[in-house]
Amino acid sequence: MSRDKAITLHVNGRPETTVVPPHRTLLEALRGLGHVDVKCGCEKGDCGACAVLIDGKAAVSCLTLAHSATGREITTLQGLGSTESPHPLQQSFSDLGAAQCGFCTPGMIIAAESLLRSDPDPTEEQIRHALSGNLCRCTGYVKIFEAVQTAAAVMRNAGEAK
Amino acid sequence: MYAEFDLTIPENLPEALKALGVAGKRAVPLSGGTNVLVDIRSQRIAPDCLLDLGHVHQLRGITVEQGRVTLGARTTVGDLLASAEVARYAPALVEAARVFAGQMVRNAATVAGNVACGSPAADLVPPLLALDAEVTLSSVRGSRKLALADYHVGYKSDRREADELITAISWPVPAANAFGGFYKLARRKGDAITVTGVAVSIGIDGRRCDRARIALGSVAPIPMRARKAEALLEGAEMTPDRIAAAAAAAMEECSPIDDVRATGEYRRHMVGVLVARLINAAIQAASKE
Repeated sequence: MSRDKAITLHVNGRPETTVVPPHRTLLEALRGLGHVDVKCGCEKGDCGACAVLIDGKAAVSCLTLAHSATGREITTLQGLGSTESPHPLQQSFSDLGAAQCGFCTPGMIIAAESLLRSDPDPTEEQIRHALSGNLCRCTGYVKIFEAVQTAAAVMRNAGEAK
Repeated sequence: MYAEFDLTIPENLPEALKALGVAGKRAVPLSGGTNVLVDIRSQRIAPDCLLDLGHVHQLRGITVEQGRVTLGARTTVGDLLASAEVARYAPALVEAARVFAGQMVRNAATVAGNVACGSPAADLVPPLLALDAEVTLSSVRGSRKLALADYHVGYKSDRREADELITAISWPVPAANAFGGFYKLARRKGDAITVTGVAVSIGIDGRRCDRARIALGSVAPIPMRARKAEALLEGAEMTPDRIAAAAAAAMEECSPIDDVRATGEYRRHMVGVLVARLINAAIQAASKE
């Protein structure tokens, strides 16, 4: 008997239906749907490359089951911004050279966005804590922390200008 | 995921207990997934069915009532860090939560899951042992409470029956004269398994100690209390000699092994160092009050 079941995931504001068995992770389901901006790294919650926002909070999609994620708002990196209209974090990571090989970058930006939604003006210590589950093997953490601080300032200024 | 399993997602606690009552040993409760799914992937466990508690919202939350702090079983490590009550009534637990894995694991991992996983390196357990925490186990047959110190019986082995679910962890509001802390010795601050973890809670009455709890992680098959060390302190004046004797007793009581992270000899040495350091820090904190 097949255990496959059709489920609907809400990804970046749009419903997407896929047929997957219960043991399929959200990471596998999202990549199967073409969301390859969600990276597959360690698959055990250590590296943070597969981070997505679930109901606005950063989560590792490798340790979330696809069936368990139905009915929740999932946001991947591409849900934050695009090449034409980048999110301030995407802009600052690009401007400040906070990406080297780029593999950890989607997870870094998702974790940083999760932090900035709850604390728009974090200290460097708070940024380090929020990104403690994201590993960069090119060792570019200094630039990454600068990029988060810069984006936070841009977002605060934009908020005040409104 | 390499192994296949069924998934049941109950909508509330009675449904969850009923499902667990039927499935028994074949089912594993799933909450944050940060242990269970890793264990399945690495083929350490192969359950037929996972019981996802994600919709059982009544199990999440922190309450302070009638002199006890109670955490619903699905309260996450991140929830501990955001709680004013936990900061006030369990500062050592907050210290353990801060250095627990990485941020996204903290957002998902639950306190009950850390207790249930049975790892000797479960970082939340030593601070909870020092608080005299109790575990509430529920099933369709009813509920019972167990001292956390009696919950684990051996490496990854505990007193939970197959139809029981951990539904709460609670502890008495600490006395005003209780001081203590937690220290995690590990290679890094984040994303690292503990080499030696020590939690201490000392009731300080002038120079005398009226209550002592010393709990150790990663130095025995299960997180453990150093009861001989505690007995040396309780009722005694906390002189440097007495503190050194307690630290030496804790070193005797533990049974650390050699592994990839450290030798047993190093772990035992660090138990002595950290127990003395945390007792002295507690005395210093009390003197500032």
